Amino acid sequence: MNDILLFSLLTLGLLGAIMAIVLYLVAQKFKVIEDPTIDLVEDILPKANCGGCGFPGCRNFAEILVKQANEQQNIDGFNCPVGGNAVMKEVASILGLEVQEQAPMIAVVRCNGSKANSPSKVIYDGPASCAFAHNLFSGEGGCQYGCLGLGDCVDACDFDAIHMNPLTGLPEVNDKCTACNACVKACPRGIIELRRKGPKDRRIFVSCINEEKGGPAKKNCSVACIGCSKCFQVCPFDAITMKNNLAYIDFIACKLCRKCVEVCPTDAILEINFPLRKPKPAVEDKKTSTEKTATVATIKQDTSSESTV
Amino acid sequence: MKSLKSFRLGGIHPPENKFSAHAPISSIPLPKQLIVPLGQNLGVAPKPIVKKGDEVKVGQLIAKADAFISANIHSPASGKVLKIDDATDSSGYRRPAIFINVEGDEWDESIDRSETINREIVLDRQQIIERIKDRGIVGLGGATFPTHIKLMIPEGKKADYLLINGVECEPYLTSDHRLMIEKGEQVLIGTKILMKALEVKRAVIGIEANKPDAISHLRELSADYTDIYIQALQVKYPQGGEKQLIKAVVNREVPSGKLPIEVGCVVSNVGTAFAVYEAVQKNKPLIERIVTLTGKAVRKPSNFLVRIGTPITDLLEEAQGMPEFTGKIINGGPMMGKALSTTDIPIVKGSSGIVLLPQEESRRPEEKPCIRCSKCIQACPMGLEPYLLAKLAKLALFERAESGKIMDCIECGSCQYTCPANIPLLDYLRLGKQKVGHLIRTRKN
Repeated sequence: MNDILLFSLLTLGLLGAIMAIVLYLVAQKFKVIEDPTIDLVEDILPKANCGGCGFPGCRNFAEILVKQANEQQNIDGFNCPVGGNAVMKEVASILGLEVQEQAPMIAVVRCNGSKANSPSKVIYDGPASCAFAHNLFSGEGGCQYGCLGLGDCVDACDFDAIHMNPLTGLPEVNDKCTACNACVKACPRGIIELRRKGPKDRRIFVSCINEEKGGPAKKNCSVACIGCSKCFQVCPFDAITMKNNLAYIDFIACKLCRKCVEVCPTDAILEINFPLRKPKPAVEDKKTSTEKTATVATIKQDTSSESTV
Repeated sequence: MKSLKSFRLGGIHPPENKFSAHAPISSIPLPKQLIVPLGQNLGVAPKPIVKKGDEVKVGQLIAKADAFISANIHSPASGKVLKIDDATDSSGYRRPAIFINVEGDEWDESIDRSETINREIVLDRQQIIERIKDRGIVGLGGATFPTHIKLMIPEGKKADYLLINGVECEPYLTSDHRLMIEKGEQVLIGTKILMKALEVKRAVIGIEANKPDAISHLRELSADYTDIYIQALQVKYPQGGEKQLIKAVVNREVPSGKLPIEVGCVVSNVGTAFAVYEAVQKNKPLIERIVTLTGKAVRKPSNFLVRIGTPITDLLEEAQGMPEFTGKIINGGPMMGKALSTTDIPIVKGSSGIVLLPQEESRRPEEKPCIRCSKCIQACPMGLEPYLLAKLAKLALFERAESGKIMDCIECGSCQYTCPANIPLLDYLRLGKQKVGHLIRTRKN
């Protein structure tokens, strides 16, 4: 009895010892030498694995950052949108570098074709997928550029930051948005754009991407951009460009003066988080202040006459 | 009794509902304005060669094909070009079109408008293909693939059979049926022309057995055309699918991802054969086609000979208006067609029918979970697993869908028709096909 016990203990013990030696040798032979800073950097990153930085996952981003720091001594142009400036600063301090501060961004839905503004002409009862509906038809409201309201962006969001508003049928972005770009990629119509969050979260943007001429655009949606270029003319900072019957506000050049919002005849330009409108001393323009104000005045007259008709 | 020929795998038997089968082809008055979309064929849209204010005649070239897979467009009416602008197409998107204000009905002199049947084929092979290309003929079965490209057989391949598709397996539609009855001889001559262009010895016209009048009529006529055989086929959807027809008639299987020419077959629709006859023997371009307007509640289900560009509203008027409680207007047949969002869209080369469904039939039943009953697999004529592919497409696992041969799907809708859980399988399959097709194209570039 004792013999059997002894024998099995010995054989198993010996076997275990041999295996351990083999494993040790193999581990030494095939050891992966990794920069420990990668682990440090990865620890700081938010581990959301959202891909907002443009790389598949936080680990890969950490590897790329360390590689960049070693080779180029510069990690400009790399940004973790979720962590923002705080995280990037910490990462830079680990790597012994400096980073430029990046203005915080947020996803913006550039369509205001709600059920009231763009009434449904047909009923869609197919699968709830924007990608599918986009290939099938122009949309319930008839606008081929507008939001389909089936929520591909909501499905794509990892941060609970975008939700459908059942009243308007449009997605709404909340403060949880980290500008990871997932919804931008998910939207088959390219309606969502990342824009600068702005001081005090104030933003002005053209909430329409309809490139049709005024008539057909207005036919389907009362708040469509009709390409009248009134905002383009009134903008004192040349922040607005007109292309394909559509105005676009450059968020870097825009100084949030709100003049464009006033002149827009279809209310296609939205202002977010501004206090209620009260007459504000106009921003002093050096060159053509008189001329510009004159045009504003005439255009205002125009719009008032239009609205009465 | 020997059972009729058919494809083997899958298939379904939807109610036929061919209400307009006995309505003779009638023409409708010319509308005041025609909207001729540029993108009417598979491939690249042709470029317009007329300007605003130009006078055009019926049959005059108004848009010229300058890419390989493209087809010319001719003016379907005489009058003035109003503008070249975006017009709403069947999906509701706005795409470029030529607007023509109709004035009179003045035809181009080169077109032979007489009723006589020209039986003798004088042109040679190359001339036939050239004429078909020039006259803008595309496949009228629905895919609108330019016919002249089909006739140019690639190096090293040889066609043994020309199959003419007179199956018309879609429920409701009867345009091909009426065409075979009323223009049978022309269809046979068109078939002969296609045979000459393809240099094949044998042609088979496949017709489903639910059209006995068309079968017997064409059999009588084909006594003079000994190399054209009329084949009656079992009534089963989708008998008229290209690959299903080849399997049924000559018992050959087209390999996955390949064209019918791989097994020595070329398939054309009877409508195309008729258009080819008119183009080659009468020099008439593809400016009109037969469109079925039908539905359970339609007062006068009809087969109309319609100029391309006629708004669907005009057809509805001619069929004594849209019935009350119409829930869906389908462009094409109820199995493969797509619902329209407006009736202000024009008839194009690929429109084979307009089906009006009443409200109670047009609502989708509630979707329930898949119970793995495998009915869709049994119904799939391509031997696919629709439930799995649909799930993969829903979950965006497109690589796996690709290895599951999603690109072989012919979008016949048999799976969705048979599904007891009312899962919109075809919709997800279409989504998957789009995404996988995109993946394949990006990989190639």
